[in-house]
Amino acid sequence: MAMLSFEKKYRVRGGTLLGGDLFDFWIGPFYVGLFGIAAAFFAILGTVLIIYGASLGPTWNIWKISINPPDRSYGLGLAPLAAGGIWQLVTICALGAFISWALREVEICRKLGMGYHVPFAFSFAILAYATLVVFRPILMGGWSYGFPYGIISHLDWVSYTGYQYGNFHYNPAHMIAITFFFTTCLALAMHGGLILAATNPPKGQPVKAPEHENSYFRDTIGYSIGTLGIHRLGLLLALNAGFWSAVCIIISGPLWPENVPWSEWWTFEWLKLPIWSR
Amino acid sequence: MAQYQNIFTRVQVHGPIDAGVALPAEDSKRGSTAMINTLLGRFGDAQIGPFYLGGLGTASLICGFIAIEIIGLSMLASVNWNPVTFVRTLFYLSVDPPAASWGLRIPPWSQGGNWIAAGFFLTAAILLWWARMYRRAISLGLGTHVAWGFASAIWLYLVLGFIRPVLMGRWSEAVPFGIFSHLDWTNNFSLTYGNLFYNPFHMLSIAFLYGSALLFAMHAATILAVSHYGGEREIEQITDRGTASERAALFWRWTMGFNASIESIHRWAWWFAVLCTLTGGIGILLTGTAVDNWYQWGIKHDIAPAAYSPGG
Repeated sequence: MAMLSFEKKYRVRGGTLLGGDLFDFWIGPFYVGLFGIAAAFFAILGTVLIIYGASLGPTWNIWKISINPPDRSYGLGLAPLAAGGIWQLVTICALGAFISWALREVEICRKLGMGYHVPFAFSFAILAYATLVVFRPILMGGWSYGFPYGIISHLDWVSYTGYQYGNFHYNPAHMIAITFFFTTCLALAMHGGLILAATNPPKGQPVKAPEHENSYFRDTIGYSIGTLGIHRLGLLLALNAGFWSAVCIIISGPLWPENVPWSEWWTFEWLKLPIWSR
Repeated sequence: MAQYQNIFTRVQVHGPIDAGVALPAEDSKRGSTAMINTLLGRFGDAQIGPFYLGGLGTASLICGFIAIEIIGLSMLASVNWNPVTFVRTLFYLSVDPPAASWGLRIPPWSQGGNWIAAGFFLTAAILLWWARMYRRAISLGLGTHVAWGFASAIWLYLVLGFIRPVLMGRWSEAVPFGIFSHLDWTNNFSLTYGNLFYNPFHMLSIAFLYGSALLFAMHAATILAVSHYGGEREIEQITDRGTASERAALFWRWTMGFNASIESIHRWAWWFAVLCTLTGGIGILLTGTAVDNWYQWGIKHDIAPAAYSPGG
């Protein structure tokens, strides 16, 4: 069950970054490797810590459980477990698990003779997460700036942090990030739709080839980016969405002062560009 | 370690221009203008055009042109026809819907009549463009999946600018045409209805938006990573599985215990993108019509906390 019909010939030794042959095996469909062990360790420890933190909290309501960062007064120091220490440990576990997972992906890429695009892409997500809970808190001088781990509580944090800067939509990097997110969604619908349209034609018609795909988008919008190009574009758009998200939050506080509306950037910086002086 | 990752095309071979798959006799004639751009060819296909205009395309472009003219000239009029002020303050300029007192009636041009006219022509342009996306697919013997994906986006657009304002009984509920003004509208909409983050359909919409970025990053990266095995020839891989799709599948199977196929990943992709605007439209439609305050709704259903306490 664990193996696909063609899988056996691909299950070969080698390609590991660390640990040699020691952990070079599979459990069911999962490849293990040294980084698999590390990822499992961090993921299980982090989950147990979250459950422990929830047990100290006031509720078992899944929506309301929240593992909060330390209070402002702890600055960048360590906090007692029940007062944010759990959040600090969970953050370490999360980063440990994410980075191990990315390195495990690198090992799998090497085993399968693939490029490193997937772990490279994943590193952007890790960067965005680390920006929120490590880099920005360090620049702001307090772990209290990290976001709480809870379903509703992290939404409240986004609201609260957003309104600290007036209307956060005026943050120029936020504008760029949202534009990339929307464009990614649009391009994904177009690409997914096109492949499905070519392989699922109207009844009685043969499956179509890239000639038809090219004709469709050249006919409708004047340009077809092609089979290779759409994947380059998709990756570029998606990674930019994550990258600019990280930028938009790292500049809020460390660069643009706290409690000053982002809309003022447009009155004080934009409208004073020398190009408008005439 | 150093290995070519196929981010750019290094060697381009250009044959004659591809005139495109033959169209049915009853269609208009496809345009003949097409060119090769080698800079573009480094990233994607080098050929631009040929373009199919047709009756629907012509009508759509005319309507879109009229809509943009109404919006642009209204904005220009609002700065006394001063082009420098227009450019300098462009992001601040706005064409607003009629005031609430007008209800669903049509006010004079400068009091929102221009907004209604622009909205009418923009909507006409979009619907004509939808029909064009549908018809072009049929003419080429393709499925109509792209058109139906587009329909999901149109649903959100119509909810925001037409369906919800009609249900609320006033055009003033709709979104204005303007850069900062539509951002302000979004901000105020959330504040007015008690924080949209507690709206479960907003949650779903955001999850599908982020999920779309995640899926596209995963899919695009996977295909590029097996492109030296011909992975980007997806239809070929769907109909006759090769080593590229076997490796792509095993990568995810070994990573997370589950894999899609080359065809099914595009179904995941299409649904994630479509559900983003579909659920988003439902969330907007319910706001102010069925639910007045999402925070109170969250308290009632025991998901929202009674007070926010940052930092524990």
